[in-house]
Amino acid sequence: MSPKEKKKAKAVTIHEKWCKRCGICAEFCPGKVFSFETGQIPVVAHLDSCTVCRLCEMRCPDYAVSVEEVSK
Amino acid sequence: MAKSKSQSALLSQYFRQQVLPTTWCAGCGIGTIMGSVVRAIEASEIPPHRFVFVTGIGCYGPAGQYIRISDLHALHGRTPAYATGLKLANPEVYPILLMGDGDAASIGGNHLIHAARRNIDMTAIVMNNHNYGMTGGQYSPTTPQQVPASTAPYGMLERSFDLCKVVQAAGGTFVARTTVYHVNQMVTIMTRAILHQGFSFVEVESQCPTYFGRFSKRGSPVAMLKWQKENSISVEKAREMKPEELEGKIVTGIFVEEKQPEYVEDYYRLVARVKGKNSAKG
Amino acid sequence: MKGKECLMMGNEACVEGAIAAGVRFFAGYPITPASEIAEIMSARLPQVGGCFIQMEDELGSITAATGASLGGMKAMTASSGPGLSLKQEGIGCAAIMEVPVVIINVQRGGPGIGNIQPSQGDVMQARWGSHGGPQLIALSPSSVKECFDLTAKAVNLAERFRVPVIVLSDASVGHMREKILVPDSVEIINRKRPTVPPEKYLSYDTDEPDGVPPLADLGTEYLSHITSFMHYKNGFPAWTDLKVTDALVKRLTNKILWHKDEIIALERYLLDDAEVALVAYGSTARPAKAAAAMARRKGIRAGLLKLMTLWPFPGEEVKKISEKARTIMVPELNLGQIVGEVERCACGNSKVVGINRVDGALLTPEEILARLEEGK
Repeated sequence: MSPKEKKKAKAVTIHEKWCKRCGICAEFCPGKVFSFETGQIPVVAHLDSCTVCRLCEMRCPDYAVSVEEVSK
Repeated sequence: MAKSKSQSALLSQYFRQQVLPTTWCAGCGIGTIMGSVVRAIEASEIPPHRFVFVTGIGCYGPAGQYIRISDLHALHGRTPAYATGLKLANPEVYPILLMGDGDAASIGGNHLIHAARRNIDMTAIVMNNHNYGMTGGQYSPTTPQQVPASTAPYGMLERSFDLCKVVQAAGGTFVARTTVYHVNQMVTIMTRAILHQGFSFVEVESQCPTYFGRFSKRGSPVAMLKWQKENSISVEKAREMKPEELEGKIVTGIFVEEKQPEYVEDYYRLVARVKGKNSAKG
Repeated sequence: MKGKECLMMGNEACVEGAIAAGVRFFAGYPITPASEIAEIMSARLPQVGGCFIQMEDELGSITAATGASLGGMKAMTASSGPGLSLKQEGIGCAAIMEVPVVIINVQRGGPGIGNIQPSQGDVMQARWGSHGGPQLIALSPSSVKECFDLTAKAVNLAERFRVPVIVLSDASVGHMREKILVPDSVEIINRKRPTVPPEKYLSYDTDEPDGVPPLADLGTEYLSHITSFMHYKNGFPAWTDLKVTDALVKRLTNKILWHKDEIIALERYLLDDAEVALVAYGSTARPAKAAAAMARRKGIRAGLLKLMTLWPFPGEEVKKISEKARTIMVPELNLGQIVGEVERCACGNSKVVGINRVDGALLTPEEILARLEEGK
C-alpha cells in the first residue's frame, strides 16, 4: 500500500455488554466517526471517516471497540 | 518489532473474554493501561509465558484475571521485593510490576527505591491516579496540594512526590512518564521499558473519575483525559521552560534511558566465578 | 551414616541443613542473634550455584524468599523475634498462596527491642502471629545437630505441604558450638509438580486427596495465578463465594492437621513409668533431660517429652502422658506459652505447672530438679 493510500474501515463495532458508556472513544476519535449521547452506547455515524487509526480500540477501557479494516 | 494487532486479535490471544466486562468504574484508566501493556508485550516479541504480572493491592490488583499472563497477586507495596526474588530464582522470567501510586510510593516506597538502585531487570508500571481509589479516595503521596480527599477534607497539606524524580534519584536506568490519553506513546514507552535491560519505571498519569475526579473537580473520564491532553508537556519542551511555567503540568516522555550493569546478570557472574574457583581448588 | 565431623555453630548448622535439603535462595536482613545465618549463606550459596540477597528490610526478605520459591528455587529467610513480627503479613500471605518457604527465628528477649539474650518468647507468635491464624508448622531445635536436622526437615515439610515452616531456634542454641556429623546427603522432598498438560493446570487444584495442590513455577508454559485473596481453584479471587472461602480456609488447615504423623518429631525419655513428666523444647530440653536423670537418682520417677515439633501441637502424645503422670511440668524461657497447650491437652488428668525464666539466662538442671522435688 503506498503512503498516499488511506486505510478504510469495513466495520466498527461496540460490544454492548462490555461498553460502560464512558464516551472516550467518541470524544477523541480524530475522524468523528461516533455520535454519542450521555448514558448511551456510542453509535457509528460516519464509518467513511474512519482511517483505522485504532485509537478508539486502544483507549477504550473495556476493550469494547473493534475496528475491522477493509482488506486489500 | 511486531506490527500492532487489531483489538479482536488481541482479545482472542490474550484476554479471558468470558469474565469481561471488567469490574473497574466506567472510564477508569486501568483498562486502557492494561490494554497498552498487552500491546507492549506483543510488540516485544518475547514469548508471553515468560511474563509474570506482579501486582499490588488496589483496583488494578485483579488485572491478571482478565489476561492470559501468569500473575502473582500478593501484598500491598511489596511487588518489587517479590519480583526481586522471582527474577533471581529464574532470570528467564520477565516481571511486570503493576502498582498504584499509594502501593508504589507509600507502603512500597522502600522496595521501589532499592529495586531501582539494584537495577534489576523488571518493568514497574505505576498507575498514578493521585489517590487510593479502592478504599474510597484517601490521599496518597501524589495527591496535589490543596486538593481534598476523603482523609484530607480541608485539602491536601503535604507536598507530593514526583515519582519519576524519586526513581531517577534511586538509580532507575529507564524512567519515563506518559498519560492514558497519549495511548500510542504509552505503548511505545512500555515496549522500550520491557526491552530495556535493567530497572524500568513507567509512570502513567491515570484517571480515577469516581474519587479523585470528583474531589479535584477534574470531572468526567472524558474531562480528565482532556485535562491530560491539555496539561502534558514533552520532556524536550519542558527543558526550555521555567519552573513556574511547569507548575501543575505533567512532563511526559523518557527522562532516563541508560545502560548500566544489571544486578541479576552481575550476581550470576559472581556465582560462576566462585564456583569456578571452588572447582579449581578440587 | 557417612559424613564429616565438624565443629559448628548452631546458626551455621541451620545453613548447612538448608543447603543439604536443597535451599538455593536466601534473603535476609541483619539482626542479632541471627546475622550469622545471612553471612554464611552469602558465602555458601554462590558455591552451590544459589542466590543470596540482603534485602532492604524484613518484609522485603520474606517476600523475596516467597517470590524466589515461586520461581522454582527452595528458599529461606532468617531473623529474630522483632523481625518475625515484621514478617507476619508476608508469612500469612505465603500460607494462603501456598508457597514453600522456611523462616528461621533465632529468638531473643522481648517485647520490643528487648535484649539479645535467649528466650522462647515467640512460640505463640509462630502459631498465631499472622493475620487469620493460618496453620503453620514450627520446629524447635535444642542442639547444633538438631539445627541441621530440623532445618533440613523444615525445608522438606515446606515443599511437601506447600506451607511456610518456622524453625524456632534461640540465641543460646544458635550461638553454641558443638561437634556434629554432617551427613553426605539427607532425604530430599521436592514440591509436587503438575502432571497434567499446561492447558489443564489450575494453581490450586483441590482434587488432590492430601489437600496439597501441585505447584508450577511462574514464568513457564504453565500459566499460573498465585494470589493472596480467597480464591477459586484457578487462582482468581472469590470475593463473596462463601462455599469457596469456607472450603479454602479449612483445606489450608486440614492439609497440615491430617498429616501430623509426617510432621510431629519428638523424643520420649523415661516416660513409661513417670509420675512427673517434663514437657520441654529448645533450650530447656537439655537441662530438663539432665534434671530428669538427676531426679531418678533421687528416687523421683521423672521423665521427659522433648518436643521438636511445636506446631501442630502433639496434643495426642501429651494426653497419653497425662493418663499416667500425676504432674506435668513445662519449663520455658517465657511466662508460659506451651504450658497452656499442655494443660488443654491433658484434659484435667494431671496437674500442669510451668517453670519459667524470663531474665535472659537459661534454666539450669538444678533449678528444674528443685521444682521436680517440690512437686513430688
